[in-house]
This record gives sequence, structure tokens and C-alpha cells, in this order.
Amino acid sequence: MRFRFTQTAIDTIEARRELLDLGAGGYVSFEGWVRDHNEGQEVTRLEYEAFQELAVKEGERIVADALRRFPVKHALCIHRIGSLALSDMAVWVGVSSAHRGEAFDACRFIIDEVKHRVPIWKKEHYRSGDSGWVNCERCAAAPSHTHEHEHEHEHRDEPAASHT
Amino acid sequence: MQLKIQYYALMREQAGRSEETIETSSVTPADLYGELTARYGFTLAREQLKVAVNSEFSEWSRRLAAGDAVVFIPPVAGG
Repeated sequence: MRFRFTQTAIDTIEARRELLDLGAGGYVSFEGWVRDHNEGQEVTRLEYEAFQELAVKEGERIVADALRRFPVKHALCIHRIGSLALSDMAVWVGVSSAHRGEAFDACRFIIDEVKHRVPIWKKEHYRSGDSGWVNCERCAAAPSHTHEHEHEHEHRDEPAASHT
Repeated sequence: MQLKIQYYALMREQAGRSEETIETSSVTPADLYGELTARYGFTLAREQLKVAVNSEFSEWSRRLAAGDAVVFIPPVAGG
């Protein structure tokens, strides 16, 4: 499986081992961490949930796309679900390749696509005691932004929203 | 016909349940979303959602069949 979920801390040492290849000259990884603020609110923790059956299929398709588009050796993405504290790792992407350029490109492609396409949701808990589902509450409150939001989801070449 | 519905994230909280089996006369996922919004007061517009039938993305105009499993997918936020 080149895309999977875990309920416990992501083991990057073990994950990295799955990318080893005698023809690889290096590997690139991305770690998404829980940060203490988002859109002006102080965040204290996050909860992630996923529609796992479809999410794993879509995640696998993304990694397969990356392997088709970029001449890399191996790629893997692991996403955590459940309750996470500040600085916990929410997602890890690793790509090994003969040369570094395509490894950076493939890694960027995978994390951007995962953010846009995979049915995973996160609920932020704020210092104020309030909480909210990222990308959902504001849209619901402001239907006039529907189109803009849809745009963000449909156009894959745009940079990913900075919600990690 | 009977359909199995699963709810996630904001919609799970608004429906007050994570899944249910319902008897419905809705023909398409679009009809079904209207029916369930009338029941639970979902705040997301259908245009903001995607829908999956039997664990694969689907068109809103697909004809549903008895026993189908339907999941409405609110705007995602992985990473």
C-alpha cells in the first residue's frame, strides 16, 4: 500500500525503509505538523477523520499518478487520524529517486493532491473553547463563497491551501 | 427503496449519527441530499460537496439502486 492511515504516531524510520532502492541517489520527504494557529485563531489541538475506504483508493491513485508523471523509484504517503496535539505529525510523504529534482517535484505533487482530493477532514479546537471543521464552517456561513471554494477544489495546479 | 447513508465530519455532527439505513423514494444522490437536508438542516450547499456511492465518487444525477451505500463528502482538509 502506497497510501495508508495510522491511528498512532507515524514511524518515519520504518516508512523511509520502504523507499530504499539500489538505483536511488536520495530521497525527499515532507512532514505536515499541527501548528498553533490558523486564520487568526489560536489552535490547541486537532482531530482528523477520514472516509477510509475511498480515501485509501484516492490516495493510491495520487501516488500512482506521481509515479507515472515523474521518473522516481518509490513513493509513499501516510496520514494520521484521531486526536493530535500541537507539533504532532499529521502526514508524511516520502519519495526516492535517482536524482533529486524529480523527487522534490513528486513529493510536492503528492502532498498538494492529497490536500485537495482525499476525503479527510480536520476539526480545530481553539484556545477560546470554540471549534470548527476546516473549510466547512466558513463556507456554510457564507454561501456567496461557494464558487470560490469549488474553484479551489477543482483546479489542481493551484497551490494547496496552507492548512497543515 | 432502502439505502445506507454514512456521515462524516460536520455532517456527522449535524445529523447526530455516523450512519443509518433509510427508506426513501429519492431517485438520485441530488434528490437524497435535498431530502436529508430537510430532515437534518445541513448547512452546506450541495455545490460544496462531492458524493460517493458504494465507495467510489459518483455523479449527482446517477440513478440509485436499493442497497446502495451513499456518502456525502464535505470540503476536504487533509494534510
